[in-house]
Amino acid sequence: MIQSLDNRRREIGLKKRYRAEKRFRFYGLAAISIGLFFLVVLVVNVVSQGYSVFQQTQLSLDVYLDKKIIDPNNELHAKPELLVTANYPLLVRNALAKKLDVDLTDRASLRDLNAFFSQSARVLIRDRVVANPNIIGTTQKFTILASANIDSAFKGQIDLSVPEQNRKVSNRALTWMKKLALEHSLYKSFNTGFFLHGASSRPEVAGIGVALIGSLYMMAIVLLLALPIGVATAIYLEEYAKKTLFADIIEVNINNLAAVPSIIFGLLGLAVFINFFGLPRSASLVGGLVLTLMTLPTIIIATRSSLRAVPPSIRDAALGLGASKTQVVFQHVLPLAAPGVFTGTIIGIAQALGETAPLILIGMVAFVANYPTSPVDPSTTLPAQIYMWANEPERAFVERTWGAIIVLLIFLAILNTAAVYLRRRFERHWS
Amino acid sequence: MPTQHIVRSFDDELQYLEAKIAEMGRHAGEMILRSVDCLVTNNTQLASDVIADDIFLDLAERDLDEKAITIIAKRQPMAVDLRAIIGTIKISSDLERVGDMGKNIAKRVAPIGQSRQPERFYQGLKTFADLVLSQLNEVLDAYATRSLDRIDAVRERDCEVDVLYTSLYREILALMIKEPKNITPCTHLLFCAKNLERVGDHITNIAETLHYIITGDIMPPERPKDDKTYKLSADDINLRQNEE
Amino acid sequence: MDIKMRGTDVKVFYGEKEALHGINLDIARNAVTALIGPSGCGKSTFLRCLNRMNDTIEGARVTGLITLDREDIYDPKIDVVELRARVGMVFQKPNPFPKSIYDNVAYGPRIHGLAKTKSDLDAIVEQSLRKAGLFDEVKDRLKELGTGLSGGQQQRLCIARAIAVSPEVILMDEPCSALDPIATARIEELIDDLRKNFTITIVTHSMQQAARVSQFTAMFHLGKLVEVGETQSIFTSPKEPRTQDYITGRFG
Repeated sequence: MIQSLDNRRREIGLKKRYRAEKRFRFYGLAAISIGLFFLVVLVVNVVSQGYSVFQQTQLSLDVYLDKKIIDPNNELHAKPELLVTANYPLLVRNALAKKLDVDLTDRASLRDLNAFFSQSARVLIRDRVVANPNIIGTTQKFTILASANIDSAFKGQIDLSVPEQNRKVSNRALTWMKKLALEHSLYKSFNTGFFLHGASSRPEVAGIGVALIGSLYMMAIVLLLALPIGVATAIYLEEYAKKTLFADIIEVNINNLAAVPSIIFGLLGLAVFINFFGLPRSASLVGGLVLTLMTLPTIIIATRSSLRAVPPSIRDAALGLGASKTQVVFQHVLPLAAPGVFTGTIIGIAQALGETAPLILIGMVAFVANYPTSPVDPSTTLPAQIYMWANEPERAFVERTWGAIIVLLIFLAILNTAAVYLRRRFERHWS
Repeated sequence: MPTQHIVRSFDDELQYLEAKIAEMGRHAGEMILRSVDCLVTNNTQLASDVIADDIFLDLAERDLDEKAITIIAKRQPMAVDLRAIIGTIKISSDLERVGDMGKNIAKRVAPIGQSRQPERFYQGLKTFADLVLSQLNEVLDAYATRSLDRIDAVRERDCEVDVLYTSLYREILALMIKEPKNITPCTHLLFCAKNLERVGDHITNIAETLHYIITGDIMPPERPKDDKTYKLSADDINLRQNEE
Repeated sequence: MDIKMRGTDVKVFYGEKEALHGINLDIARNAVTALIGPSGCGKSTFLRCLNRMNDTIEGARVTGLITLDREDIYDPKIDVVELRARVGMVFQKPNPFPKSIYDNVAYGPRIHGLAKTKSDLDAIVEQSLRKAGLFDEVKDRLKELGTGLSGGQQQRLCIARAIAVSPEVILMDEPCSALDPIATARIEELIDDLRKNFTITIVTHSMQQAARVSQFTAMFHLGKLVEVGETQSIFTSPKEPRTQDYITGRFG
């Protein structure tokens, strides 16, 4: 009798346990699903809004380089600067009018014509003429960017049901657009300008080139400074420093620093690097220094825990053979701790890559059109550029904002994948 | 031993050995007692019982040897345990020999009985046997209590045993010289006396083994265990006779 | 007895707690001395004093005199790194470096500059592996990771590594406790061989091993040295009751 009672009790326990397990598994799956869902929403949102930036509408046009417009008074040999200041957009307008059979007297049409192509055409034609003034008087083929509005219209981003007065693009321009597209004079091609150009008030030529270089400089500075300083600090604190109250205070402070809001580091950078040391504003050097300070705690903490994870048996073995403390640390402990250090560093750098707030205070959120040639030249970073473009209302800037976000996310994904790969590759089994 | 082994079955095994030795000792002592009794009362029936009983000691010795070897293989005993086990093997061998001595005495009951002698004749032997038996009991007591004092007492009294044996030897020789028709029974008596003397030797062996078990030291070989009867010559006997 | 190392009134403190109470012990030259005793009795602590490994433990303090060939090893003039090259150590759990077998054995000679050329180093490595009885088993895979060997082989590798710096004394802290009986027997055979040229001190939990392998045995209990003497007399007739109680399994 008693035995069967025990058996019965046992079964009930089992059923309850299995049910609890199923429930728990369900919770876990639900949590993962929610996370995945939001991830998918994020990715779909970002990609759908930004993918169009990778193509830019261009116009292929034969432009007659009318001497009468470039050098009306024949003063070229005396005033070579005329080549620079000539009214090249006019040439383009005329060429376009000719192609579209537009009457040059119709002011409205002329307005529309001028608004059809990007003013960057000026620079394009000017550069070619300045390089070879002999082409004046000939007809040359140019590939000109369409204006931002036409570009948006061609990509179908403009709501055409709105009455014409409220639209950026007139019906006439739309007709021209369709006609040129049919002739294959107007087409979309890969937007290399997005990656090569700097900031511009004209969205069709705005790009993240400067931001990329600025981010690269900054990451290089962070790597060059934070890695050695962080690793050395961690080694000292973990292996050499005596375990006193002072050492404990330092450890607590480092852990706290990792949680300090990043904008405070920006204030620090402003006060110390810019005001006290007089370093130039908006320079990627200053940005790099500020981000180094921010990344140091992460690297120190990661390095310390990797050092701690090295089993004491390896240290004992080396010490027992007569290795000095330094030899033990650098020949045995550090190589075994290296995977953890790399992972921590890459994660720290990935974090630094995405920082914006501290850079605001040191002036890196600025309009920089030209490439910085050294770290002390003014520059901006990718997240800062995204922030700036996000404030612009024009449709083309919206598209560019999302496109830059895609690029940033891709970089972060690459960095994190590299961290995981490196860790797996170098993980050594010491047992 | 004041404390017990952590593994109690080890204690049980050692306990078994000790109990078996005590049993063997008792049995051997009884064999001596009964065989001498049979001799004095000329009881051949009892004598053949005693002879048959010797098998117990043979089996017990074999059993002890086996058990001791098993304990050594299983437990790898050290120090006092090791000495106790090796000691057990030696003591059981000695006790088995004591039993054999008793059996030998019992075997001679029949031949001696054919020429019956007066009581006085056997008195010397009985006294000698009593002394030897008391030694045996003493040494078995010492084994049970692990008492060094009692071992010393046994060693000391061993001189008495030798003295008594020598005088008994002389007495029997004198008897033989006085009445030659007594030679056959007296020769048997001599052998019985010799057997008892050798029991005394075995008892001394047991005492020495016990000393080793308790202290770990081997006793110095000073004790006078040789029988000095080889020194006696016919002239000595004649001289003594003439003195009497 | 020709004395290689001597401890006089050696005390070890962990913070305020006294772990070893005044140990006086001689270690004989070219012989094996076994340290036995129940867990926590201080035998490993004393062993670690002999090559100053206790220095690496926070809060550990050693007082008293320990000499190697009559020189005080705690003298400030003594370089602890050099001391550890003269007094080597093999640990309980085999701990080869995660490097090749060759590099494991070559590490000590490299850092102490014992080999001038590559062929010198090769010779030292081969000799050490031979002395440790491992060379024939690994001679065609010297470049493989040391951690890929079996437990017994790893321990022999650690012994070869320790021998490679030509120490005078080898300290072994329960070297066979993680090994199977055959590997243990090989190591015991190795110890027997090594004692011709080295002074060996071994801490062991197995009394049978201490009895088999050593010439002198010291019994520790609760941080004190209870008894020391020749192995054969300790294990057949010890003088101290505590020693007897421990080795016969009566403890407690």
